[in-house]
Amino acid sequence: MPDIKKKRKKVKNTDDIIFLDHVSKEYDDGTGAPALNDVSVRIGPGEFVFIVGDSGSGKSTLIKLLLRELTATEGTVNVLGYNLNKIRHRMIPKFRRKIGIVFQDFRLLKDRNVYENVAFAQRIIQVPSKEMKKNVPAVLASVGLAGKYKVRTKSLSGGEQQRVAIARALVNEPTLLLCDEPTGNLDPVNTREIMKLLNDINQAGTTVVVVTHNRDIVNEMQKRVITLKKGVIISDEEEGAYIDED
Amino acid sequence: MRISTFFYSIRQGFRNIFRNKSFSLASIATMTACLFMLGVVVCITLNAQEAVKTAEQGVSVTVYFNEGTSDERIAAIGDDIGRRVEVSHTDFISADQAWDSFKTEYLGEFSDGFTENPLANSMHYEIYLSDVSMQSSLVTYLQSIPEVRKVNQSKVVADFFSGFDSLVGYISLGMIVILLLVTIFLISNTVTVGISVRKEEINIMKYIGATDFFVRAPYVVEGIIIGAVGAGLPLIALYYLYINVTEFLTAKFSVIFNFMEFLPVDVIMKQLIPISFAIGIGIGFLGSFVTVRKHLKV
Repeated sequence: MPDIKKKRKKVKNTDDIIFLDHVSKEYDDGTGAPALNDVSVRIGPGEFVFIVGDSGSGKSTLIKLLLRELTATEGTVNVLGYNLNKIRHRMIPKFRRKIGIVFQDFRLLKDRNVYENVAFAQRIIQVPSKEMKKNVPAVLASVGLAGKYKVRTKSLSGGEQQRVAIARALVNEPTLLLCDEPTGNLDPVNTREIMKLLNDINQAGTTVVVVTHNRDIVNEMQKRVITLKKGVIISDEEEGAYIDED
Repeated sequence: MRISTFFYSIRQGFRNIFRNKSFSLASIATMTACLFMLGVVVCITLNAQEAVKTAEQGVSVTVYFNEGTSDERIAAIGDDIGRRVEVSHTDFISADQAWDSFKTEYLGEFSDGFTENPLANSMHYEIYLSDVSMQSSLVTYLQSIPEVRKVNQSKVVADFFSGFDSLVGYISLGMIVILLLVTIFLISNTVTVGISVRKEEINIMKYIGATDFFVRAPYVVEGIIIGAVGAGLPLIALYYLYINVTEFLTAKFSVIFNFMEFLPVDVIMKQLIPISFAIGIGIGFLGSFVTVRKHLKV
């Protein structure tokens, strides 16, 4: 096992949307095995990147580091110019507002309707009500939910709920969209539609990072693919494909 | 903070109550039940203390004077006694009043044979105490006055009341403290459970960039509202119950309640309202504040 505490030369790049420099993450669970081990990666503006790997490969840990839910044991995590190793607690909300986040299980506020879920993201950044009333219907229309803004989210299909989550992630016009298994709970038809939507968002200029283990969509879309295995990047290819580890 | 955010938090606090009806009802019911019980104990305690105090006020010390003490000197001593902290009030009984009273009580028509007042030397003060536990210090003072011939005191009665008063105080305090702890435990548990089930909602808010204040404020508002309602309901119930129960008892057991009176409901409420609201709103606020904080570390 490589020594994760070894001192390394730090590299700076302020243009990168995501810049991981020799990042390692160890949990205090007694196993001693790092969840991420010496990971370095750069993702630039406007890129569409898949992060793939089997269970236990470190994908979830990576997403948590990018959201500053966790901090790296070693190395530097820089996202949107924020050094997440040094960011102050009170600055974390401000940082997260610049990121759109989409989860596998949608994570919508279940007791609120579609409009309220999307508007919530705007309320957080204190957008005036007048503007909110323009922005929310516009973003809902862009994800194909124009007529559903009064519907309770729990009565929507899985695909529709994921669209609401994407609309919520997009409404504040983030520079970076992080998607953690966005199609994990969807059928193939909805999976394709959501991936097309994410591609459209990327075409409009947003950097999109999708963590997935769905080999079909990865192979179909021909985007940059970073493959993780046991916490280590084993490949990073432009127009890559899902690597079968067996 | 924008003013719109402030009103948004208030609005969301109210909405949360209706969104989570079962939790809100459970919290309000727990709080109402606990504060009602506490209120009942406070009512009983206050009335018991009042009854003891009323009985204490009937305990008096009698002071007699040496023969030949001038009326002026007796009046001056009376003024001095009246100014003492142990004394509630004094009644002066002249020799004639003492004889009249004796005749009426014991002699009746047989008193005609007396041409002179046999109690000519029995003018005295009946001294009523503000606190029976201070009787001995008053007696010591009275005995130190040269013109005082004799001091009559009912030491046993005074000691009994003094002890009983302390006993009532300790028992009441003990019961109130225990009930208070149970109340705090039950209410804070209900609030904690109610908010913990919404941990995911808090996480979502944090993930999309809500500040701790923005996440916490509606829950704190919710806690305060539940606390206020949970404190108000038992007060309303106690108000009407107290009036009806005291009326019923006074009518039904008039013999007993000739000697003591229940405290008026407004006196009881003056004590209960701040206690109840302080506990209800205090626990509602603190419970939600602390519980939400646990889930903010995302």
